[in-house]
Amino acid sequence: MIESTMALTNEHIQQKLVEKFAEQVYGFSTESGILSFESSKELNLKVLQFLYDEPSLGFTFLTDLCGVNYPQQPGAELVVVYHLHNFSENIRIRYSVATSVAEPQIFTATKLFESANWMERETYDFFGVNFVGHPNLKRILNVDEMDYFPLRKEFPLEDQTRIDKDDEMFGRG
Amino acid sequence: MEDQNHIALPKGSIEKATTTLNIGPTHPATHGVFQNIMEVDGERVVSTEQTVGYIHRAFEKLAERRPLYQITPITDRLNYCSSPINNMGWHITCERFLKIELPKRVDYLRVIIMELARISDHLICNSIVGVDTGAYTGFLYVMQYRELIYEIYEEVCGSRLTTNIGRIGGFERNFTNTAFTKLEKFLNEYPKVLREFENLFTRNRIFMERTQGSGGISAQRAMNYGFTGPNLRATGVDYDVRVQQPYSSYQDFDFKVPVGTTGDNYDRFLVRNAEMWESLSIIRQAYEKVQSFKGADAEVFHADVPEYYLPKKEDVYTKMEALIWHFKIIMGEIELPKGQIYSAVEGGNGELGFYLISDGGRTPFRLHFRRPCFIYYQAFEELIKGGMLSDAVVTMSSLNLIAGELDA
Repeated sequence: MIESTMALTNEHIQQKLVEKFAEQVYGFSTESGILSFESSKELNLKVLQFLYDEPSLGFTFLTDLCGVNYPQQPGAELVVVYHLHNFSENIRIRYSVATSVAEPQIFTATKLFESANWMERETYDFFGVNFVGHPNLKRILNVDEMDYFPLRKEFPLEDQTRIDKDDEMFGRG
Repeated sequence: MEDQNHIALPKGSIEKATTTLNIGPTHPATHGVFQNIMEVDGERVVSTEQTVGYIHRAFEKLAERRPLYQITPITDRLNYCSSPINNMGWHITCERFLKIELPKRVDYLRVIIMELARISDHLICNSIVGVDTGAYTGFLYVMQYRELIYEIYEEVCGSRLTTNIGRIGGFERNFTNTAFTKLEKFLNEYPKVLREFENLFTRNRIFMERTQGSGGISAQRAMNYGFTGPNLRATGVDYDVRVQQPYSSYQDFDFKVPVGTTGDNYDRFLVRNAEMWESLSIIRQAYEKVQSFKGADAEVFHADVPEYYLPKKEDVYTKMEALIWHFKIIMGEIELPKGQIYSAVEGGNGELGFYLISDGGRTPFRLHFRRPCFIYYQAFEELIKGGMLSDAVVTMSSLNLIAGELDA
């Protein structure tokens, strides 16, 4: 009960996480006031559940979930980033898990947060992250027939200086 | 009579007790391009599947090759009912990321524009709820004041709907006297109109019976669904980014955060109306603060950040240095620092977040928009299940769904 009267700090969050998960959570850093950390992808549900259930943490609001592609990190090319928010203490944290592009399976957070449903579909749609256990994992913004994941870095945008296109209607003629 | 027993019906046509109904992709009741595939039993909604993405434009991918200023017009096209909030939200993200401090006067001018945008956003949403419940008058009547708001935008930045307003560090020019005159006109005339608008709806028997008790959600479920903005506040949670993480000097203003109790269509309507009154009060306070600046302070409309703020046009035409910086800024030839930031503003329909990752290049490595209505639209099925089809239409409009923001 002493903890609930004290303002929640980044140090406290980090301490609680390290107490619970020891060296399985790592990469702690604070940037622009937001604490961020990582864990292995197998742990993501346990960490999210702990952040949700632990009374002195209470991260019950999933603000955002999105994917990032780092092609230069072999074995950890795809990263899923969770932004969580504790409304009563008014503090945000950023939690990320990485997966390889060859085996992009990550457990779904939909059992914990209904809001994760579409955000995970979006991440699947654009990065091809396969959320294991998702109730309806199909494309959401792109067409169903699409056979690639467009926000991966391997798909560059069209070269603005290309000249091979005969397209008089659109000023390239 | 005999041959009636021998009509060959398609398989499944008798067994299926419900009807499949398509609403959208383009339908007057959706107010935007998205589709609902509903199963209805008579007029009761059994289930629905929302399809989004019809106007997906890959903004996040586009942003990866654009320098900061070229991303501003992209943000216009998210929630286009309140583009200035998106533009400024993006500029605030850049300023936080680049650690740019803004003069107070710039903050207050921004607050004026953002609150005007909030009013125009809520005004559209609430009057559309009126249209969908059969009262067209309110919608048409308030349009002239949205027009006046657009004229103020036009006076400040030159455009109306997709505003591309402001710069990193402030505004492109100082507010003209015409802008302030129009603002005064708005402040004088709008309260009367808003009062009349409320008189049309708030205690209107037909309106109350159409909206009360439909499309409701509990605070807990709303939070689990990621609701933010007026939709969350209608359930009783007083979460407002302007208060929780003040940006643009919102901490200097005195305003209330209206909340509802049941989270139904009627509460959402009331919360938006109450917020318009609060916005008006904020604009008045901001205008007073702006007027209190005297002398040279009263001419400040941007921060002194030559690396990101475009030089004066006269200088660009006459001075080498200014021309070089103009070119560098326009072409995006400035390397960003490394790092990442999540920055949020209170948009017209909820928390509009920008998650920017920079690897030290000239464009973002990754930019993700946290679009409030994309997240809360998931709850639509839960909101309307078991209710009447006509309530589903009202619920859809009272959620303030903007197709541009849904699809990004």
